Amino acid sequence: MWLYAARRIVLTIPILLGVTIICFALVQIAPGDPIQNLLSPTASAADAARLRAAYGLDQPLPVQYFIWLGKVMVGDLGMSIANNTPVTGEVLHAFMNTIVIALISVVLAFVISMIFGIIAAYRSGKLVDKAITAIAVFGISVPPFWLGVIVVIIFAVNLSWLPATGMGASGSENFSYFRWADFKFAIMPIIALALPPLGIMTRTTRSSVAEILNQDFVQTLRAKGLSEAQVIIHAVRNIMPQAVAMLGLQLGYLIGGSVLVETVFTWPGTGYLLNKAVLTRDIPLLQGTILVLATAFVLINLVVDLAQSMIDPRLKRS
Amino acid sequence: MNDMTAPDFTLATPQTEPFVRVEDLRVKFVSRDATVRAVNGISFDLERGKVLCVIGESGSGKSVMMRSLLRLHPKNRTVIEGTMRVGDHDIAGVSDRAMIDLRGSLISMVFQEPMTALDPLYTVGDQIAETVRRHEGVSKEAAWARALELLDLVRVPSPERRLKAYPHELSGGLRQRVVIAMALSCRPSLLLADEPTTALDASVQIQILVLLRKIQREMGMSMIFVTHDLGVAAQIADQVAVMYAGRIIEYGEARDVLLSPQHPYTQAMLASTAKDQDRDVPLEAIAGNPPDLRALPDGCSFAPRCKYAGPDCTLTMPPPITDAWGHMARCFKVGIGPAGKLRFDAKIAEPV
Ligand SMILES: Nc1ncnc2c1ncn2[C@@H]1O[C@H](COP(=O)(O)OP(=O)(O)OP(=O)(O)O)[C@@H](O)[C@H]1O
Ligand code: SF4
Ligand SMILES: [Mg+2]
Repeated sequence: MWLYAARRIVLTIPILLGVTIICFALVQIAPGDPIQNLLSPTASAADAARLRAAYGLDQPLPVQYFIWLGKVMVGDLGMSIANNTPVTGEVLHAFMNTIVIALISVVLAFVISMIFGIIAAYRSGKLVDKAITAIAVFGISVPPFWLGVIVVIIFAVNLSWLPATGMGASGSENFSYFRWADFKFAIMPIIALALPPLGIMTRTTRSSVAEILNQDFVQTLRAKGLSEAQVIIHAVRNIMPQAVAMLGLQLGYLIGGSVLVETVFTWPGTGYLLNKAVLTRDIPLLQGTILVLATAFVLINLVVDLAQSMIDPRLKRS
Repeated sequence: MNDMTAPDFTLATPQTEPFVRVEDLRVKFVSRDATVRAVNGISFDLERGKVLCVIGESGSGKSVMMRSLLRLHPKNRTVIEGTMRVGDHDIAGVSDRAMIDLRGSLISMVFQEPMTALDPLYTVGDQIAETVRRHEGVSKEAAWARALELLDLVRVPSPERRLKAYPHELSGGLRQRVVIAMALSCRPSLLLADEPTTALDASVQIQILVLLRKIQREMGMSMIFVTHDLGVAAQIADQVAVMYAGRIIEYGEARDVLLSPQHPYTQAMLASTAKDQDRDVPLEAIAGNPPDLRALPDGCSFAPRCKYAGPDCTLTMPPPITDAWGHMARCFKVGIGPAGKLRFDAKIAEPV
């Protein structure tokens, strides 16, 4: 097990390096010369060359990459062009805002989808199954930003139960998920984020439970006298490797794809930050955000892999 | 018929109630598009400590009959009729709760496919211990100790190490031994073995067979053993039942059925295997196909394939004819011959 884990961890290093190369290349491919944007229209060619040297842009690309990589390793992602603050702090802050609601949403969706999926598989064809399928299809097909707007209209505008947008009086700095006054700001984004994964995971859980219940070993479990509850425990354990993969995928999807939901709720996460960086052409900020998101993606995959191999002994071999 | 000696009926009458009694068992699977009549009136008795071999083509309802004895069929789609009694327990009548308690303790089952019969995510020890704890409520340590004993009983080499192994780490033969150990873990009185050796290599088959037979004798269990293999049946059976289209069409002491079969189907089956000199040849060697269980014809189900079939064989179902030694066949052309023995005679006219 430990050998497998160590190998798997070592194998992520080249992947992470690849990620940094892509992030670095992103700036190179981006249209427009970043130096031109910094210079005043009246600046001379000599001014441009001096600025280029100051930013290290006169060096060959591989050298530039390694200098940049060296800084990234110590946590220096450069300065944001728009507000001239360190990108690292801004990105990590936004990332925390994103990852926490994404985690809450995805875990919530996971737990509910497990329960729904198992019930639906057991009551296949019955009314409960149909109701659960309806909820799942709704979750899959409704665009989350539209859902965001709808929950705002219902809970904030009509019922005035929850605040519509933002992170409340504490702001992003002092926000606490354990304080109701703050947490209520997170509720609607969580609902909007959780529904699509809930739909997808319910569908997958339902079909994988049904598949497991059809396997031969379930008959052995029943034949040896286990109660249906004990059989379900075996079935759940057997769908776990797949469920964990699904969970990781959805989590990655949420942290990368929450631009629309975060924009609707002005939730200051990475989606919101990406949106801002693109609109203001803030290349270092964009690069830093993408790097953090991509790294998170790779790490989530690593955790999923390790968790899977802990659950399923057959996976350790390969 | 003057030389016929009067059969000694007292010999055939059991002194006590048989341990297992199945009477007119019928199982059908109902779905929206069709009703599959998999078992159509099976009756048999089995004494304590005896082995009944059930043979028959694929699809003849052998596994369905076995699963009925544990009530393992999907509840909402299955209709079971008839009576099944094992020991003092009315299998068809007990509550679901009580049935769960009987599974694995009074009756256990060994399945055909050792590769898929075990949960891939639990160790062998966990799976055996789970069964022991389920029925005997002992501590985890005691259950593991028992699991070790059981692996020893079924001759698994280095059992301590194997307890911690996962199913995929074991060969087919070892897995089947584990499945058998699990089935034996709570000392069942009736063991149902559904083709337990079919999926294994020939040499492993023999080992498993010898092992099962030995343990069955030592524990004094009754066993119902399903097989395609007449050689296997000859080795371990006390009684043999031949199934066709969900019915027992011939039944009797192993030597009677295997050495002097009277039903045309059994005769054809034995002839086809004897000719090939190979016991592993599947029984499908008889020309034609088994009937469609969704639309069973009237009369003798074997008629379309039977070379002796007369025009009236398809009118009614032939009744069971039994001789004094308990040899039974369901065929219009079977009667009691000289010496009181069951005898097939192509000249007997089917009823009109
Ligand atoms: N749960 C079920 N629902 C519907 N039909 C079933 C079900 N289980 C079995 N059958 C049908 O019942 C018939 C008898 O099947 P069974 O498995 O008992 O055959 P078998 O004699 O054991 O054959 P084999 O030698 O191939 O194992 C088959 O036609 C099968 O398709
Ligand atoms: S009853 Fe008729 S068809 Fe059926 S086995 Fe006997 S002879 Fe053949
Ligand atoms: Mg079968």
